Amino acid sequence: MRTLLLLLTPLLPAQVTVPFERILNADKEPGNWLTYSRNYSGQRYSPLDQINTGNVAKLRLAWMSQADEADTVQTSPIVVDGTMFITKPPNIVEALDARTGRSLWTYRREIPSDFRGCCGKVNRGVAILGDSIYYGTIDAHLVALDARTGAVRWDAAMADPKLGYSGTGAPLAVKDKIIAGIAGGEFGVRGFIDAYDAKTGKRAWRFHTIPDKGEPGNETWAGDSWKTGSATTWVTGVYDAVTNTLFWGTGNPGPDWNGDARQGDNLYSDSLLALDPDTGAKKWHFQYTPHDVNDWDSTQTPILADGLFQGQMRKMVVLANRNGFYYSLDRATGKFIAGRPFVKQTWAKGLDEAGRPMRLPNTTPTAEGSLLWPSLGGGSNWYSSTFSPQTNFYYVNAKEQGAIYHKGAAEFRAGEFFNGGGQRRYEDEVPFGAVRALDVATGELKWEYKLHSPSHAGLMTTAGGLVFGSNQSSFFALDAKSGGLLWRFETGGAIVANPISYLVDGKQHVAIAAKHTLLVFSLD
Amino acid sequence: MKCVLLFAIFALIAAAEERKKLPSGRADLATGKKLFENQCGLCHGPQGEGGRGPLLAKARLSRAPDDAALVGIIEHGIRGTEMPGASSMSDRELRQTAAYVRSLGKVRTEPAPGNAAHGAEIYRGKGGCANCHAINGDGGVAGPGLAGIGGRRSAEYLKESLLTPESAVPDGYMLVTASPKNGANVTGTRVNEDSFSIQIQDAAGRVHSFWKSEIMELKKQRGKSPMPSYKETLSADELTDLVAFLASLKEEK
Repeated sequence: MRTLLLLLTPLLPAQVTVPFERILNADKEPGNWLTYSRNYSGQRYSPLDQINTGNVAKLRLAWMSQADEADTVQTSPIVVDGTMFITKPPNIVEALDARTGRSLWTYRREIPSDFRGCCGKVNRGVAILGDSIYYGTIDAHLVALDARTGAVRWDAAMADPKLGYSGTGAPLAVKDKIIAGIAGGEFGVRGFIDAYDAKTGKRAWRFHTIPDKGEPGNETWAGDSWKTGSATTWVTGVYDAVTNTLFWGTGNPGPDWNGDARQGDNLYSDSLLALDPDTGAKKWHFQYTPHDVNDWDSTQTPILADGLFQGQMRKMVVLANRNGFYYSLDRATGKFIAGRPFVKQTWAKGLDEAGRPMRLPNTTPTAEGSLLWPSLGGGSNWYSSTFSPQTNFYYVNAKEQGAIYHKGAAEFRAGEFFNGGGQRRYEDEVPFGAVRALDVATGELKWEYKLHSPSHAGLMTTAGGLVFGSNQSSFFALDAKSGGLLWRFETGGAIVANPISYLVDGKQHVAIAAKHTLLVFSLD
Repeated sequence: MKCVLLFAIFALIAAAEERKKLPSGRADLATGKKLFENQCGLCHGPQGEGGRGPLLAKARLSRAPDDAALVGIIEHGIRGTEMPGASSMSDRELRQTAAYVRSLGKVRTEPAPGNAAHGAEIYRGKGGCANCHAINGDGGVAGPGLAGIGGRRSAEYLKESLLTPESAVPDGYMLVTASPKNGANVTGTRVNEDSFSIQIQDAAGRVHSFWKSEIMELKKQRGKSPMPSYKETLSADELTDLVAFLASLKEEK
């Protein structure tokens, strides 16, 4: 075995190493995809333009990589100097030759036999720092792997999977630390964001997304409800080097649909947190949905963008929220700049001057069920939106769908579902989806490309003037300026993932995961 | 010490066995009933008598040979069917619901009245049902297949669907007419559709595929049924017999 390894070693690519400075300056090497959203801005914009509005019609399949397991591949690949790092269900990291798709190494991790999880054994990608790959496992560990071989360098238990905790999001490498969120919002856990020393795996800090007794914010939870209030952190955040701020979204309060026992705003659920990445200290927070009873997590990756608002260029942090509203906030203070619905919503009269929703009466779930837009899938969801500095538009894969929300009993038992209700489909509606281009500062609709059904997949813009997106099993490219369809490909499997783009041999590639397969495209 | 350990292991096994068994207490069944009425009854009928979803008030459920399978189906749904999973239920709620479903099977259900053999004659002859519906591949394809329909739908529902077909259009079934830029209009049932293309099967069973960019107009008859009502064409007795025949189609091949 060792001989075999030695024989294989010369075939491995040049040693991969990505110090923090490379990620910080990711725009200097547009051919690589060094962090979840390519760079720290969360924009999921590729400066590559070989594939563009003029030739995208000729895009063709270059290679595929398949998984054995039933759960969907939801990975957003990392690509460094010709090597691609992806995750596959149920608990796998794989390094691939980004030119041919051939496997270089595989890390497989056993899953505890009693593992349950809420939503499949899914994972959205890894982080790289130095010559290590960082992976949040489905059983709630954070592991560091040797980027050359997949060998485990360290293994840190983040939380107890028996209580419902799991890792599904890609970690974020900032300076000398690995920042990782946690999933489990349907199990009455207490959410947190962790930072680990990249070299040793020692935990540097933990920010509890629900304040402890005596801390400011704890009073927004009635009684002991804060102990089981969830507010998980299961999607990757972003980082602003100028202000040295980490931005990370938080999930629904628990139990999801029955808020009776947790009267109050339930901070910091459904919020955006601005933290000091060195210490974990909170700079500010903005809560999108106070006292949520519809499971509208606000975990989606926010975007740092500059935009013109009332004649002034503003540094903003923006996102199209699962609750149906688009928000732009001041990046330094968290103060609300503007917001408006980007899909049909029937639960709020609007947003007040501070950006707080004005909830309409009789819009909470009932035992019989109450009809409301958007559905619990939201106007958007965890998958990435994108921003193009070429158009200054924010693009979102929007869902137009309502649901009948019902409230049920919620009795906490550690490690079991703690939901207090659910939703059922509203039959008298034909739901649909749309890729929508919004003014980045105000959320005003610029164009839309209608889709047959709501999507659950992310978008990417490129300097080629394109927006890549997915609907059902189709992967497609639109004109970023007008929304016109320029290319499509039937993958044959449901797409629940974000696209990326990279160069190998000086040639631009585009990658997307569909069902059990990662597909990579290039021009002839 | 060893004794204690052995005892502990037995206790654990017993506890695991106990967990596998469905709860049978009155309170559990009452909770199960409430959950069922709220989340399942809409399709399966409040007493599991069947409706859009299969009849559940029977001793043997073909998809759920044992209790573990039943719990699994309630939790995860059935792929490729209209049955969704109740993923928001806790373990306990799943098992309470399953217990209630099993209790429905203990209630005796009356067989559909009427002469099924005579109903079969009407099906093939006067009713003309086989022109559009197939039983195990025998018959037309314009309408949904009817193999096993008696296991999935109650007699009452079947009767209603014969009298007012539009009250019983299955989920996903849709009559469409495509007007292509080149060529004649095509009317048929929608086989598949996404943002870019649609596949339509005509009454003869031919599949027509169109890119949406090739179509001038796509007319969708949502909730409409091409099936005629049998209110005027069949006598009350004939209708009863036809329903008896359909209700007898319990098994799919």
